[in-house]
Amino acid sequence: MSDTQIKNFTMNFGPQHPAAHGVLRLVLEMDGEVIDRADPHIGLLHRGTEKLIEYKSYLQAVPYFDRLDYVAPQNQEHAFALAVENLTGMEVPLRGQYIRVLYAEIGRILNHILNITAFAMDVGAMTPMLWLFEEREKLMEYCERVSGARLHMAYFRPGGVGADMPAGLAEDIAAWADAFPAMIDDLESLLTENRIFKQRTVDIGVVSVEEAYDWGFTGPNLRASGVAWDLRKAQPYDVYDRMDFDIPIGKAGDCYDRYLIRMYEMRESLKIIKQCLDQMPAGPVKVTNTKFAPPPREEMKRSMEALIHHFKLYTEGYHVPAGETYAAVEAPKGEFAVYLVADGTNRPYRCKIRAPGFAHLQALDFMSKGHMLADVVANIGSLDIVFGEIDR
Amino acid sequence: MADAQPIADIGEYIAGALGDTVKETEVRLGELTLTVDRDAIVKVLTFLRDDVNCQFKQLLDVCGVDYPERELRFDVVYHLLSLTQNVRVRVKVLTDEVTPVPSVTEVFSAAGWWERETWDLYGIFFSDHPDLRRILTDYGFEGHPLRKDFPLTGYVEVRYDDEQKRVVYEPVKLTQEFRNFDFLSPWEGMIPTLPGDEKASADEDGEAAEKEG
Repeated sequence: MSDTQIKNFTMNFGPQHPAAHGVLRLVLEMDGEVIDRADPHIGLLHRGTEKLIEYKSYLQAVPYFDRLDYVAPQNQEHAFALAVENLTGMEVPLRGQYIRVLYAEIGRILNHILNITAFAMDVGAMTPMLWLFEEREKLMEYCERVSGARLHMAYFRPGGVGADMPAGLAEDIAAWADAFPAMIDDLESLLTENRIFKQRTVDIGVVSVEEAYDWGFTGPNLRASGVAWDLRKAQPYDVYDRMDFDIPIGKAGDCYDRYLIRMYEMRESLKIIKQCLDQMPAGPVKVTNTKFAPPPREEMKRSMEALIHHFKLYTEGYHVPAGETYAAVEAPKGEFAVYLVADGTNRPYRCKIRAPGFAHLQALDFMSKGHMLADVVANIGSLDIVFGEIDR
Repeated sequence: MADAQPIADIGEYIAGALGDTVKETEVRLGELTLTVDRDAIVKVLTFLRDDVNCQFKQLLDVCGVDYPERELRFDVVYHLLSLTQNVRVRVKVLTDEVTPVPSVTEVFSAAGWWERETWDLYGIFFSDHPDLRRILTDYGFEGHPLRKDFPLTGYVEVRYDDEQKRVVYEPVKLTQEFRNFDFLSPWEGMIPTLPGDEKASADEDGEAAEKEG
């Protein structure tokens, strides 16, 4: 009998696959059912955001950030707003900072709901998606009430937020925040002790602390490996230093821990939301310097100066002093940062977007090595991949 | 963010320990920037990662910046984070289109894709990179789109051709010329003399020159 030649099998996963979380084309080299190498091909959603921003004024650049991680758009805008404020030295009024933190946490819950339920669906649980999407819809309604858009809010602007919250919204959010823990409990009862869910996730895709450092992990994925690091605590921005909340950390660094971290983070986010609503002072929501933020409507009816400012602001924009800054926020997926180089004109000279998912997806190769094909799906789901931000 | 003084101290410490390889240390807006020798980048990042007083264990970003008017037109910018010191540092090296930058994938695995991206978008070559392919742009893309001399509109566009039953590439056709507004407004740096008044000011200059002469 002659020797049988065994050759590795190369398989295409995606780009059109429901478990690919978007347009991931994964070239898998398989030894039978076991993964030898996973080579993600990204860029199918590349829109040249960074190049486009170089041709837009600072205010016009804001909506591009919504379209990166479209699951939690406000958190991206936050990083850009902080970067521009850092360069121009704008001081955001306190109410504006509170509203931003409030909506950043709403964004975090939006993201975690989507990720947990989509992850559960990847490994076979259909119900969480059906139950929790109603909650996402409610949250997006709050986004709509404050900015006019469910998803692409363009609400966090350099110097504050677009507009103040309408009357009654704070009460509605507070009522929702009281009711939501019951939904988390329901979700937890479906997944946390679920035998099938645990079989699919426990000890799958283990990332040690050293590996997490080496591969640039941030956010929940880093914390799942056991590192207590959260930019909201370590390098607080806006009013996060006034908030009382805990950082959950994991032990094993596997898919199950990453899921648990997100579950706990939703509860912590609720704490922050409640504190924001309690402490929020009255006052302006954006800088009062009309060189950076538009003057109030009523003033424009009477004041020539205000009219000129409004016109200049929406045609030319403002000039940002030359310099460079790296502004990072704790986005739901990890450290989202903007490296902004300004050259003194009204347009960014360079705007590098540091997307957390980019580093996480890169690690998929070493995480999947030696696992079964179905575990790749669990790994992708637990890493929280959204292609809008990876491909930019 | 930590105060400016500790950051400056760390900058001095790094510059002292690394000697000549650090060309410039700067603290601006509370951020530390080191400009280092291109060939020493691997050594510098290894030091920053392993030294007990630094422990910059995470490489968070690598990117390029293009300054076409400079002789060494590209900056390669590395952002590192020390979780123990709670400090960030920015390390820069300078290069041009042809000179390769040593890859730091040996020091930080995370650099792999960031360097691929920098190669893809700027055409900065990284030597000893294990897998330097394009990453964000299309298969078979030509050029490096984030360079300042690459037009925003690009050179090719795609459409589905019904006859050939496939996607075809064609040169970009714009129905309206691409408009790039000059916003360097005359309002701010306005010239003090009105058009037609040049003679008056020229006379003044002339008188002043005569007096000096």
